[in-house]
Amino acid sequence: MKFTAITGAVAAVAAMWIAGGAAGGAHAATLDDVKAAGEVKCGINTGLPGFAFTDDKGNWTGFDVAYCKALAAAVFGDPGKVKYVNLTGKNRFPALASGEIDVLSRNTTWTFSRDVDLGFTFIGVSYYDGQGFIGRTALGAKSAKELDGASVCIQTGTTTELNLADYFRSNNIKYEPVPIETNEEARKAYEAERCDVYTTDASGLAATKSTFPDAENHMVFPEIVSKEPLGPLVRQGDDQWADIARWTLNALINAEELGLTQANVDKMAVKGNNPEVNRMLGSEGSLGEMLGLSKTWAVAVIKSEGNYSEIFERYLGKDTPLGLARGQNALYKDGGILYAPPMR
Amino acid sequence: MATTALTSEAKGLEFRRLLTDERSRGIIFQLAVALGLLAFIIFIVANTLANLEKAGLEPGYGFLNDPAFFDINQRLIEYTSQSTFGRALVVGFLNTILVSSLGIIAAALIGFSAGVLRLSNNWILSRLVTTYVEFTRNVPVLLQIIFWWAILTGLPKVRDSLSIGDALFLNNRGLRMPAPILEQGFGWVFAAFIVGVVATIVIAKWAKRRQDQTGQTAPMLWIGLGLIIGLPVIVHFIIGQPLSWDIPERTRFNFAGGFNVTPELIALWFALSTYTGAFISENVRAGIMAVSKGQSEAAFALGLRPNQTMRLIVIPQALRVIIPPTTSQFLNLTKNSSLAIAIGYQDLVSIGGTILNQSGQALEVVGIWMAVYLSLSLLTSAFMNWYNNKIALVER
Amino acid sequence: MTDQAFHRQQAELLPQRAAPMTQVGVVGWARTNLFSSWLNSILTLVALYIIWVVVSTLIDWAFISSHVSGTDRFACTSEGACWAWLDQRIQQFLYGFYPSEETWRVNLAFVLLFPALAPWLFDNVPGARYLRWFSLAYPIIAAILLAGGLGLTVVGTDKLGGFTLNLTVGLAGIVLSLPIGIVLALGRQSRLPIIRILSIVFIESVRGVPLITLLFVSNIILPIFLPPDVSLNAVIRVIVMVTAFASAYMAEVIRGGLQAIPKGQYEAAQAMGLGYWQMMRLIILPQALKISIPGIVNTFIGLFKDTTLVIIIGLFDILGIANAMVSNPDWLGLSSETYVVVALFFFTVCFSMSRYSIHLERKLDTTNR
Repeated sequence: MKFTAITGAVAAVAAMWIAGGAAGGAHAATLDDVKAAGEVKCGINTGLPGFAFTDDKGNWTGFDVAYCKALAAAVFGDPGKVKYVNLTGKNRFPALASGEIDVLSRNTTWTFSRDVDLGFTFIGVSYYDGQGFIGRTALGAKSAKELDGASVCIQTGTTTELNLADYFRSNNIKYEPVPIETNEEARKAYEAERCDVYTTDASGLAATKSTFPDAENHMVFPEIVSKEPLGPLVRQGDDQWADIARWTLNALINAEELGLTQANVDKMAVKGNNPEVNRMLGSEGSLGEMLGLSKTWAVAVIKSEGNYSEIFERYLGKDTPLGLARGQNALYKDGGILYAPPMR
Repeated sequence: MATTALTSEAKGLEFRRLLTDERSRGIIFQLAVALGLLAFIIFIVANTLANLEKAGLEPGYGFLNDPAFFDINQRLIEYTSQSTFGRALVVGFLNTILVSSLGIIAAALIGFSAGVLRLSNNWILSRLVTTYVEFTRNVPVLLQIIFWWAILTGLPKVRDSLSIGDALFLNNRGLRMPAPILEQGFGWVFAAFIVGVVATIVIAKWAKRRQDQTGQTAPMLWIGLGLIIGLPVIVHFIIGQPLSWDIPERTRFNFAGGFNVTPELIALWFALSTYTGAFISENVRAGIMAVSKGQSEAAFALGLRPNQTMRLIVIPQALRVIIPPTTSQFLNLTKNSSLAIAIGYQDLVSIGGTILNQSGQALEVVGIWMAVYLSLSLLTSAFMNWYNNKIALVER
Repeated sequence: MTDQAFHRQQAELLPQRAAPMTQVGVVGWARTNLFSSWLNSILTLVALYIIWVVVSTLIDWAFISSHVSGTDRFACTSEGACWAWLDQRIQQFLYGFYPSEETWRVNLAFVLLFPALAPWLFDNVPGARYLRWFSLAYPIIAAILLAGGLGLTVVGTDKLGGFTLNLTVGLAGIVLSLPIGIVLALGRQSRLPIIRILSIVFIESVRGVPLITLLFVSNIILPIFLPPDVSLNAVIRVIVMVTAFASAYMAEVIRGGLQAIPKGQYEAAQAMGLGYWQMMRLIILPQALKISIPGIVNTFIGLFKDTTLVIIIGLFDILGIANAMVSNPDWLGLSSETYVVVALFFFTVCFSMSRYSIHLERKLDTTNR
């Protein structure tokens, strides 16, 4: 009796182990998992104005969140089928590596070591950023180089923390780092003058400045000390899922270039004269099927929150509290560096 | 034929006895548990290896020799962004030890006074202390840490620092104090200090022996203070003041020079010591109440004053009851110091977290955390056992 | 020679005189308790002054010069506290992101908690026998109410937040850790060496490390230990870790209870021919658990306070929601107000429980005498 129980237990565990190993090999099909779950598990920030924040009803929204919705629309045709997982700078990578999330859309900088060493695949750049500093005008400093002896608030576990150390060391400037766990708390510390300057991505600085009641008393220093290409990323080793994620982003950018908007995409989906539009929206060719999605996936993507420009203007642009200009993030033909490969 | 049937029946019996006999059943049960555990471990290790391979991570502690590239604002040993991950961890460990030791000292003082005051016959005072104890004990310590930090960042800004004699500055970036600079010859002062300590111990032993024999007491407190503090001070002046002070000075943004106690350290220290102090006061109260009333009555009958009774009769006996649970409170305080991460005090867990994020070596970092805290806890329980044996009642 | 005085006879007792004014009543009480000596008098006055300053400032800040209405912090113009956010945000403090039309389910689960707990915590509860069955079913009922199913809309665990999350994690941790703690406590006392060593190793290593490192384990290491295609969501992982943490402490509490049972009880049970499990189930554990209840309640208080640590791994419990609100531009800098509210929530729950546990300790104490 006992022996059978034991052997049974051992066999069961062994079977689980083998099954686990086998499943590990067959794990590549994220798309199947997503379809089975009925939702895209999308990792986002715990709160960053413009990029991921809650509206009055407690729903997550923002630039990074819009990408999650677009991806869900590509897979399910329904931008609502997303499960948001809020992640800090520290636990975002383990969450993606472990499969807790399917895609990480949390203003994450594309770097060599993250792409290669940590085993992720960055699927593109959704926002070209760079690290800067914000300080009070009362300090009288005009440039980051004058910050000798200043206290600097910084979010830990980010590339900005490393850039900061590099920048001050190479310029031979002394400083006191004030490490803080989250962006929100770092801003709170800066507001309380726990530190003289706060450093993060330039977009984040604009977001931060926008929340100050006395915004005119703060200035963003001209120095941009690093390249911070921000973009979504997925686990390495599942090319199909990476393709879906990549082309969802590209579809948003191409839609702007082709003049497809949330409002006109339904009308444009009927076969027209522009072959590129026809191919993209599925009235011609079979791009959707190649990805393992429906023919009209791109229509759903664009209908979710509009094209890149619409999303940008809604959450980050001139009419938002952040008031960011497109700058580098304008399309290549408008003088920016945003450039998506063609859809053919 | 018959014999084989018999043996098979006997075997069946034996097998059943194997299960009903207490000894063999125990062994089988243990084997089953051990096997189950082994299978579980294999299961986990296999998963881990599969997951690590998938993530492209190499297990091992080699990364500790890689440069860290990030800065740490409070460091008790030399550290720059070029130092290694390993050194960063050591800095974090020392920060943990620093705040824990400061906290333990303060918590012991607070807990002891609160425990005694709660038993005071002054009604209003004991109520006041009870309120403090009940309130701090029943609110999460994390909330208290964050609360004190919020209070401290509400202190005057750098420009309007409160200052004492233009040497000590208090603002929302901490307490900036003059730092001692040791010059040639300070070794003598230090030597005098050591001599003072040794002499105090020797005299205390002699005084105790004399008290045992003759009943005469010596003013040990004053003798000790004189030797430990007075002697080094005299030596210091005799050899021409080999100690100068690095006085903080205002700079454009901050203060330069001196040394700074960050608000993170103060908030953490304050919250941990008041929180743990409340628990210790309960131990102290229980310990004092555990000393039978006959003891103090007997002491009064011998003509000892209440003060003396407390100091010479009640407290020494109460300590027997107080110390063991208080040691585990000290351990709790050390463990709670890991909440530093919430306000950005860079202790072992906080720096480990950063390293974990920058290097991806999660298993190794967590392994280091566990090893460090477990060793601290084992050390504490070793001390506790030693102390319990030492003070165990010697029955006649 | 003084004998005579003692032997003097008195026809009747003198009528009792009232005690002197200075010994009875308010004055007498004050004399013995407040002004018994110079030092005491000074301490009393100092204490009174401290109380006066603290209480008057608090009342002035919290009530008299506070401000209660408005839609953002700019509405608060007075010196005192700004309570304007309560109206808008208290929902989030209580329920997190739980859909507002479904919050009745959280309330119901909370209300049902009391009948489920009553038969274990109090004597003389009417219908205790049926209630006990109800409390065994309660965890399942509560889980269905919170998560959905059986005709209720499914609400994802990511929607759990605020005080609901603290209560869920705390209660789930304590309920799940009880059976594990019992097994570990028995294991630690077992005569079988492997079982004993394993139990000791587990208990001591969990008790030796801070909860926060275990939460990091739940967040970062647990996914690595699980098979690649299995993933648990964050709340479940936290509950798993918190349960492991609590069961080590629970085991020690129950071990204390087991050790307090006189050896005679074991021997009598064995003499009756009861096996190990029968003896434990029928004789030892019922007694041991009863005297462990104060300890279990104290463990729960500790665990419940520790549930605030989940903010460090990115979950939004009541403290997390408070932190998020304080950094919202509309309510920037209202930390004192929000922390006071959060502190009151915890204080109410923890203080009443600790009172209960003290009351129980006293009661158990007298029955033993």
